[in-house]
Amino acid sequence: MSTTAIPAGTKWWNGGRSPFNASYGKVMMWYFLMSDAFTFGAFLISYGTIRFSVNDWADPNKVFNSFPFAGHANLPLAFVSLMTFILIFSSVTMVLAVHEGHNMNKKGVEKYMILTIIGGAAFLSCQAWEWTHLLTGEHVTMLNDGTLSVLPTTASSNPWGLPLEHHTMLLALQKTPHDQLASIAATIHHPGAEAAHNTFSMSDPELINMISSSEIHVNHLGRPAFGSYFFGITGFHGFHVFSGVVINIIMYAKTKLGHFDQRGHYEMIEKAGLYWHFVDLVWVFVFLCFYLV
Amino acid sequence: MSQHSISPEITHASDHNEGTGRIWKIFWVLSMLTAIELALGYFLYFKGSDMAHSAVLGTKIIIGILTLLKAYYIVSVFMHLGDEVRNMIMTICVPLVLFVWFIIAFLWDGNSWKNMRNTNAGSRPSIEKVQSAPVKEGTLK
Repeated sequence: MSTTAIPAGTKWWNGGRSPFNASYGKVMMWYFLMSDAFTFGAFLISYGTIRFSVNDWADPNKVFNSFPFAGHANLPLAFVSLMTFILIFSSVTMVLAVHEGHNMNKKGVEKYMILTIIGGAAFLSCQAWEWTHLLTGEHVTMLNDGTLSVLPTTASSNPWGLPLEHHTMLLALQKTPHDQLASIAATIHHPGAEAAHNTFSMSDPELINMISSSEIHVNHLGRPAFGSYFFGITGFHGFHVFSGVVINIIMYAKTKLGHFDQRGHYEMIEKAGLYWHFVDLVWVFVFLCFYLV
Repeated sequence: MSQHSISPEITHASDHNEGTGRIWKIFWVLSMLTAIELALGYFLYFKGSDMAHSAVLGTKIIIGILTLLKAYYIVSVFMHLGDEVRNMIMTICVPLVLFVWFIIAFLWDGNSWKNMRNTNAGSRPSIEKVQSAPVKEGTLK
């Protein structure tokens, strides 16, 4: 970028000027973001350490394979790509808002701030859907007592261990009590059959026959750390997105009220922008660590 | 344009009057990098189970490098760190070098735990098999 020429041999540390050529607020925003980067870095590296230390970490392509309104279609990486593009695009609108701020174009700043806020809200909606989908999911899992049960993916329950062999599943079915069998059978979707609300009135052999003849995927119990890290880190990131949206709404209101025109510069938009880009930056790494590899 | 009024200590205002062309260019660069990452991700999804362990690891490292490239473009262009003076760039980037040690050390540690889990390197059978010595009368009060 063509910055106005800085004279060679400028003595930055001689006092009277900022050695960083930036305002106090901007430098402090950068230091805050750096400390936040270490917080997220520590979380992600801790996750990596635990993931590296076990043999049966959950396969992200199996856990995150759904898309809203796509039913049970197997679509790994699809929804999270959408979330990634939403966040990249909202970063672009943010940097355009900063650009308009430099040109003192109030209307332009307002337009791009609105678009950025919409992008942030869209991302949060996607995350809300994803969390709901995981927390209300129904996956047949073999528990540590050797019986089968229906589990969601939560911070402490992980139905994504290694897949169970078919004959192990048949043995486990024999040990499984009636109410667990009935709830497993209720998750099986029969094309053309009526909803399986009456499975509790069926007998055990009927249920076992129904379950074992279906195309059911059963896993061992997975590491509880999977859900803890996933919900912990995406939750912490989501909270950053949420606070970023709140900050952007405040910035939009202040722009609308003409505060920055009175002040003579739009540096607050720049500082809010730094925070917003940082949120995008963290997502790039969350996307890498939780979904891609 | 009007940056001079932020603070008298900012002695060299950046020229922000260029167009938005560079922003959109970086948007396409980031989109392309993400698309390549996704392509590699799908490649691993469909072919990963037939590939050698080292090939899978190599592909994952390539995805990681592409991610670092994305991070570079976001920080340098979108956050305008590339346009700041060298002092500013250094005060942000030098502390982040700690991550190099941080990542290597901890992932190494995790991998070492897996090795101990999969072999008997971490077990201590000689200690577990030690019989407790018979307790003599009068030693316990």
